[in-house]
Amino acid sequence: MPVTPLDAAEVRRIAALAHLALTDDEVGLFGRQLAEILEFVRQIQSEDTSGVTPMSHASGGDGHERADDVQPTLARVEALKNAPDAAPESGLFKVPRVMA
Amino acid sequence: MTARDQIARGERSAESVTREALAAIARQEPSLAAFTAVATEQALAQAGAVDAARARGEALGPLAGVPIAIKDNISTKGVPTTAGSKMLAGYVPPYDATVVARLAAAGAVIIGKTNCDEFGMGSSTENSAYGVTANPWALDRTPGGSSGGSAATVAARAVPAALGSDTGGSIRQPAAFCGIVGLKPTYGRVSRYGLLAYASSLDQVGPFATTVEDAAAVLTAIAGPDRHDATSAAQPVPDWSTANDARGLRIGVPRAFIDGVDASVAQAFEQSLSVWKERGAVIVDISLPHASLAIPVYYLIATAEASSNLARYDGARYGYRTTVAPKDSLRDMYERTRDEGFGAEVKRRIMLGTYVLSAGYYDAYYLKAQQVRATVRDDYAAAFTSVDLVATPTTPTPAFKLGEKTADPLQMYLADIFTVSANLAGVPAMSLPCGMTPDGLPIGCQLTAKMWDEASLVRAGTAFQQATDWHQRAPVAVGA
Repeated sequence: MPVTPLDAAEVRRIAALAHLALTDDEVGLFGRQLAEILEFVRQIQSEDTSGVTPMSHASGGDGHERADDVQPTLARVEALKNAPDAAPESGLFKVPRVMA
Repeated sequence: MTARDQIARGERSAESVTREALAAIARQEPSLAAFTAVATEQALAQAGAVDAARARGEALGPLAGVPIAIKDNISTKGVPTTAGSKMLAGYVPPYDATVVARLAAAGAVIIGKTNCDEFGMGSSTENSAYGVTANPWALDRTPGGSSGGSAATVAARAVPAALGSDTGGSIRQPAAFCGIVGLKPTYGRVSRYGLLAYASSLDQVGPFATTVEDAAAVLTAIAGPDRHDATSAAQPVPDWSTANDARGLRIGVPRAFIDGVDASVAQAFEQSLSVWKERGAVIVDISLPHASLAIPVYYLIATAEASSNLARYDGARYGYRTTVAPKDSLRDMYERTRDEGFGAEVKRRIMLGTYVLSAGYYDAYYLKAQQVRATVRDDYAAAFTSVDLVATPTTPTPAFKLGEKTADPLQMYLADIFTVSANLAGVPAMSLPCGMTPDGLPIGCQLTAKMWDEASLVRAGTAFQQATDWHQRAPVAVGA
């Protein structure tokens, strides 16, 4: 049975939340594919989980702590090396203007 | 490890072992495309250091001179690390992942970086911006994924071992498809520091090798707590090297869950159970009632975590940035950079994850998935009160053809049916070669153990390999 695609406005709303400038083609494709995947994963909703504590992590649970000491870390010049646009002399990443 | 022992005894130099690996990679790459970068100079320097240390009479590390390939979503200082993404084209990490630093400290030679599905998202290594890796057993088939490059180069015998990462099966499934051993450790056994995060509550780094013994040796080198990863556990790392006795091990088989796999897979799996029985293990039926829900749970939790983890790729601090016009806002830069830099599967998963975390859907999808995840974990806990191991096929089918599942993401997801549960529960699991199809494609068997009990995986796996020769079968030389 064909699944009704998510409508374009809904896909664009999600894309805006995810900071993705999708093309019109992608909006159509993801609208169909996400609807199919959501239809498939919806099967978990019929499972009775009343009283089950949600599991957020598989951690062994020992959550070891350590002293909060200052340790050597990356030099600023190293941290800037991979930047698409940087001002190493002032130690800054450059991006488009935020304020007019 | 054979190479390490030969170097230690002076039968071969580390340099000659490394040169041989580099030559094999060069020969195979036109057919396999397993690597995104080969670190020739650094590898020869590391090998030279091992030879110099030996000449000075120094004690050699447990992996001295062993060439090891690293999945390209694991940071290597000075060697490009892309995670298979255009988003990280040209990115050179300023630090080593803890696992890489530990391999180097054990004397290993880091030979290069291997191709993978973008940020680990895929089951075929077809979602890479750097080409499609082939399976050395059949070049028109996938090596599996997402750690397909690591599996392919070990299967082709270019290197004795490699590292991969496993979020829903990305070590075990390619190991099965390529006829080698792949081990996903207990969550927290191995540091994730320097692993490019996909789904942080599921991701683990682990080894590929042709034998269980070699995989265990690599695991020993990388395991143990790390101050850089608060989820790495302060569990002692046992000596797994002598674990080889299957007598008395209780192996549970979830019959209802594995019903319906390919006939050749079913046959190889049943024969494997007989091998363990002959070696003194006890085979019992068990049930994992929620296992069939593991795929939907996985694709909800993994994508939710991915949508958050991948928010960092925005064109500001590293990696790809779109062409910026004077009129563009910061938001324009973020949105276009991400649309142009990420591939389709990554965008699909970010969209799905953003959707299930968004207002109005969170409880019905994400919270519900976390609750069902707890029931999947509890199924294992119940099973492990009566058995030491759970055995299933690793995959329902042998390696599928390249291009076969790329048009239908859901079909691709269903291939992970037997592997995702171990990540959800956090338990360790291993795939080992256990047969071949009539067409000559490898088949993998998966063993799963309780938290921190990699020892039982190694015991059962080594006993199996002492009784069988599947792990000694190699594909016809690639590029010869």
